[in-house]
Amino acid sequence: MSGEVAELRDIWVYLSTSPLLHLTLTLLAYQVGMTIYQKSGLNPLLNPVLIAVAVLVTILLVTGTDYSVYFEGAQFVHFLLGPATVSLAIPLYRQFETVKRAGGAIIASIIAGSMTAAASAVGIAWMLGGSHDLLLSIAPKSVTAPVAMGIAERLGGLPSLTAVMVILTGILGASLGPLILNLLRIKDWKARGLAIGTASHGIGTARALNINEVAGAFAGLAMGLNALATAILIPALWQIFK
Amino acid sequence: MTVIGYLTAILCCQLVGEAFVTYLAIPVPGPVVGMVLLFIGLLIKGHVPENLAKVGDTLLNNLSLLFVPAGVGVMLHLSLLADDWLPISVALVISVLLTIAVTGGMMVLLNRSAKNNAEPGS
Repeated sequence: MSGEVAELRDIWVYLSTSPLLHLTLTLLAYQVGMTIYQKSGLNPLLNPVLIAVAVLVTILLVTGTDYSVYFEGAQFVHFLLGPATVSLAIPLYRQFETVKRAGGAIIASIIAGSMTAAASAVGIAWMLGGSHDLLLSIAPKSVTAPVAMGIAERLGGLPSLTAVMVILTGILGASLGPLILNLLRIKDWKARGLAIGTASHGIGTARALNINEVAGAFAGLAMGLNALATAILIPALWQIFK
Repeated sequence: MTVIGYLTAILCCQLVGEAFVTYLAIPVPGPVVGMVLLFIGLLIKGHVPENLAKVGDTLLNNLSLLFVPAGVGVMLHLSLLADDWLPISVALVISVLLTIAVTGGMMVLLNRSAKNNAEPGS
């Protein structure tokens, strides 16, 4: 009997160090998230990323697995973010005529959104007594993760904390975005996509793409332009206000 | 070109993008420059080739999955999140709602005034 337990432990020890286990767990957790999301009739509050992350964090904490060990397997999924970002050129090209006609409005709206995102997050966190590290790390939270981490580093914040703020913002924007847009009666797919992409980068864009191609193209465009606007504006404003 | 051919093309765009931003030390991510390069390629080509659409649409239809590994990184900061949970949660929720309202509202208003200017009296 104890021999069998030892054997099982050996199998676990072997599997838990191979990338296959955590890659498979990532995909399984996402399937769980998607199934719950679809069974709920696409309830935006049951975001599949949120469910998958909750399932995986629970498993890792219970089994005492380090994030670095998990990431060795999960990196294969993570890597595809780059090629997926490049692929955003495809919906953008399909919608190019519409984008061209609204060029000025797009740029003005994204700059306004970029400033609102940073100023409101830092202002509210400051009023509620957030630590200095938090204020510097939360400022670029609406920007896609790699750029946001670069901005936080330049301000003197904690890039890994910024990554967490970015993901949380993405999930919040994807979940709450459609609700607030309906509440404000903003029905135009261009405006809806632009708003979600500016506020919640790739996670919001992923959701917009699933709902409507025009919204998805505008969300992807907004994500790229917002990264550019915020990377230029936040460090400049920080110099003035600090 | 085959599906693998276009996957290679996408990776080449990303690679050139990464090299470009590293060389110029600009704060834009390499894949965003890669996106611009692929976009220029599409402008030259004049349409989206079927096999490129297969690769791109597969990646984009499953975009949410790709954020899961980074999201699990939340476990590295559980104690910091526990200490500052109130400012974090209030700031993130209100800020995301405000950002969506401002960006979406402004886009609707600017589009409306543009339309009114283009078609007076309509």
